Amino acid sequence: MISELLEQFFRWKRPVNSRSEARNRLKLVIAQDRSGLSSEALEAMRKEILEVVARYVEIEPSESEFSLESDDRMTALIANLPIKRVRPQIEPDSPIPSEASDSEE
Amino acid sequence: MSRIIVITSGKGGVGKSTVTANLGTAIAQRGHQVALVDADFGLRNLDLLLGLENRVVYTAIEAIAGECRLEQALVKDKRQPGLVLLPAAQNRSKETVNPAQMRQLVSQLSQNYEYILIDCPAGIEMGFRNAIAPAQEAIVVTTPEVAAVRDADRAVGLLEANNIRIVNLVINRIKPEMVQMNDMMSVEDVLEILAVPLLGIIPDDERVIVASNRGEPLVLDEKLSLPAIAFNNIARRLEGDKVPFLDLMAAHNNLLNRIRRFFRS
Repeated sequence: MISELLEQFFRWKRPVNSRSEARNRLKLVIAQDRSGLSSEALEAMRKEILEVVARYVEIEPSESEFSLESDDRMTALIANLPIKRVRPQIEPDSPIPSEASDSEE
Repeated sequence: MSRIIVITSGKGGVGKSTVTANLGTAIAQRGHQVALVDADFGLRNLDLLLGLENRVVYTAIEAIAGECRLEQALVKDKRQPGLVLLPAAQNRSKETVNPAQMRQLVSQLSQNYEYILIDCPAGIEMGFRNAIAPAQEAIVVTTPEVAAVRDADRAVGLLEANNIRIVNLVINRIKPEMVQMNDMMSVEDVLEILAVPLLGIIPDDERVIVASNRGEPLVLDEKLSLPAIAFNNIARRLEGDKVPFLDLMAAHNNLLNRIRRFFRS
């Protein structure tokens, strides 16, 4: 019993408990399962959405976030795209600016 | 009007057949006519859990093929007068039967039985489709483990896609002491992820294995164990009774565990 307590004591440094790790990993994987999207499809969608948004506003690709979240058996695509500035002239059919297309790397 | 309930899980080995055997016995004890259908063709086990393996003469396959009358294939339980089992064939594969035949079989049973519980095989292929075809409602069994919860979510999605709108959850094999130490997901964690109404929680207990060794479902014990009470509560909730869930955590919130948690938090 004492040795067990000591063992517990020295395990206290463990960063995250396995219960919340299980919960977080499951949330992610289930959101993906429910959407029926492969990670490649998700990545392709992310790129295309960024390209479209970049036509209208200047965004910071490194700060943009895409994630799938599930709540009450509904899956939502959450995109967080910080806008640096609005492009002066909005032309829906204008070609995609180069900075958005090469910023993916 | 009888209730046709499929018991499913996606993942194997989470306790579907144990839940089916105990729930069926508990409902029969409450004075209902219950038929248990083993839909696990090729890997039948419900007969063994009920201690009826030596009484199986015909199976669902012979009844479907018209080689015997349906009543001849039904095995009467030796302890519960209201309980019968329709065994699965052991020597055939799951592809031998189709959903239409299962619907036909269960609709015949529903003329004489108030509750029909279908024990679904693991997986989401043909055996799963056969088992859910006749069902109006479903009980999804899971354990607080990542693989089981993920597969349960798949099963819930497929049930909804097949228009089974009443889906309830049973969480099996909870170890309160592990939850207390933050080493196992709690009932609340699993519910938050799956978002399916809770029908019951069953603690992990060695007596479940002892009962299966003997072929005597736990709910038959004279002095009821904690899991047996949990099964009885599920039977009552199915009938619409409001029964509070067992507080499994209370017994484990002692001083020693609190000290342990203190050092680990």
